[in-house]
Amino acid sequence: MPDESTAHRIAELETAIATLQPDTIEARARLVELRAELGALRGEPVENPAWVRVKLARHVKRPHSLDYIHRLAPDFTEIHGDRCFGDDSAIVSGFGHLSGRPVMFVGQQKGHDTKQKLLRNFGMPKPEGYRKAMRAMEMAAKFKRPIITLLDTPGAYPGIDAEERGQAEAIAWNLREMARLGTPIIVVVIGEGGSGGALALGIGNRVYMLENSVYSVISPESCAAIIYRDASKGALAAEALRLTAPDLGRFGLIDGIVPEPLGGAQEDPAQTAANLLETLLLALDELSAMSPEQLIEDRYTRFRRMGNFFTE
Amino acid sequence: MDWFKVPRKVAKVSEDEKHVRTEGLWIKCEGCHQIIWRKDLEETLNCCPKCNRHFRIDALSRLKTLLDDEWIEHDRELSSTDPLGFVDAKPYRQRLASMQKALGMRDAIYSVEGKLAGRTVNVCSLELRFIGGSMGSVVGEKITRAVERSLATRNPLIIVSASGGARMQEGAVSLMQLGKICCALMRLDQAGVPFISVLTDPTTGGVTASFAMLGDLNIAEPGAQIGFAGPRVIEQTIRQKLPEGFQTAEFVLQHGFLDAVVKRSEMKSYIANALDFLSGPVGAQSQA
Repeated sequence: MPDESTAHRIAELETAIATLQPDTIEARARLVELRAELGALRGEPVENPAWVRVKLARHVKRPHSLDYIHRLAPDFTEIHGDRCFGDDSAIVSGFGHLSGRPVMFVGQQKGHDTKQKLLRNFGMPKPEGYRKAMRAMEMAAKFKRPIITLLDTPGAYPGIDAEERGQAEAIAWNLREMARLGTPIIVVVIGEGGSGGALALGIGNRVYMLENSVYSVISPESCAAIIYRDASKGALAAEALRLTAPDLGRFGLIDGIVPEPLGGAQEDPAQTAANLLETLLLALDELSAMSPEQLIEDRYTRFRRMGNFFTE
Repeated sequence: MDWFKVPRKVAKVSEDEKHVRTEGLWIKCEGCHQIIWRKDLEETLNCCPKCNRHFRIDALSRLKTLLDDEWIEHDRELSSTDPLGFVDAKPYRQRLASMQKALGMRDAIYSVEGKLAGRTVNVCSLELRFIGGSMGSVVGEKITRAVERSLATRNPLIIVSASGGARMQEGAVSLMQLGKICCALMRLDQAGVPFISVLTDPTTGGVTASFAMLGDLNIAEPGAQIGFAGPRVIEQTIRQKLPEGFQTAEFVLQHGFLDAVVKRSEMKSYIANALDFLSGPVGAQSQA
């Protein structure tokens, strides 16, 4: 039986949860904390907030790149192929109009059902995918069109063919060449930002994360396999890795967080897309005033100061 | 019970008289399983005199094989502040402290300025023994500063990799170091200052997927493991055994991602020759 003070605290928490207006990101984070505390007091099994976000980021119904792109630019035209080896369905690229402005979209693409998942290789790009992405971005820069990239991948594909065709080189090349493009680049992590495979589309003038997306150097499961020798302890590792949007915000690695509807983007994809559009338009307004040289300089300065966590 | 304790008559012969101590004098080669005399191995820069297997060497020994005599070390005191407060088997802070004590360096890299066959160069050399040569904020910053130094002075940059990739214990902060370094390398590329990437055993993960593959020349040591994903991860994903020689330097050369596989004993002269071509002879470094 819970004692009196516990019962009192439970009542307090219930009132707080009932009265909390979940209209800001801070308030919703508070809500998650309150619910966790309440659950703990009632003796319910609780999950840590980081792991909740990892599961949301991977939710089977979560909107993927094309779901957003079709909402943001109804006239979207996809372009294919890396002009070298093939066309990788794990990356989509193409152009369209975002509220009347011509933009190039590039994103990692996952599938919603088994057939789509296989076609998209579970959102794990191969070298030809990264090279297609770079080709599309270089074309955009040539014609002075802004680029919007959407990050959503568990990681670059780890397979024999990918290694043979230079997975590492393809990623490295994109990291350097994106830095050279004289056009605005806006990066949004919409789901899983899986390490170098995600970052290969991630060198932007602005980097945003959706509220429940994650961005990490290693998947929580792989991390758990290393540190706890147990891949099932992903939840613990998720917390240790500090991979949520607010975490990255605190480290100064991103420029902002795009709010999602209560319960996650899958609850209301249209609303999420509308929030995303708002953020993108604001960023485009700011960046379109800059010259190509200023854009390159701005991007460089942003990445140059990332991760100043050392003493001299 | 005394008969169990019959004192054995032990001749008081000192250990030195009795044995010739051979421990540490001989080494078994992991490649050809031949027994090698350590002195021979030292003379061949830690390469097996019989099968030419290249043993791993530490970052400092590496610098000695490449540079003429003395060098200046830069950014020696840079030390990580553990941004995540990461704890695994032991806290990351403790792990760092014990590594720093054991190896006498603050993080997994040396950044030095010295002469290679008479030409001033900036050399970064990764130390595999320091948390797997992994790249966190300190390694990222030291390499970026070395790139900037090369940009300012137009002295060629050489980075010798020996690393498992980005440092897990610094999370996304480590990941962004890939971006930071590659952005800086873009500037070096644009300025036309030579960058030579030397890949040694092993070079994998985020290090291969950033600066190690971006040299004007990418050169590897024979037999070095070079790849993006680890062999175990690939085997788990595709559920089949990997072919013999997969992800070796020779494999990567054959697939077109290396300019050459060069023996340790010839590495210095190879680089000197390449820099002669890229920057002009010593003393006449191009100012273009």
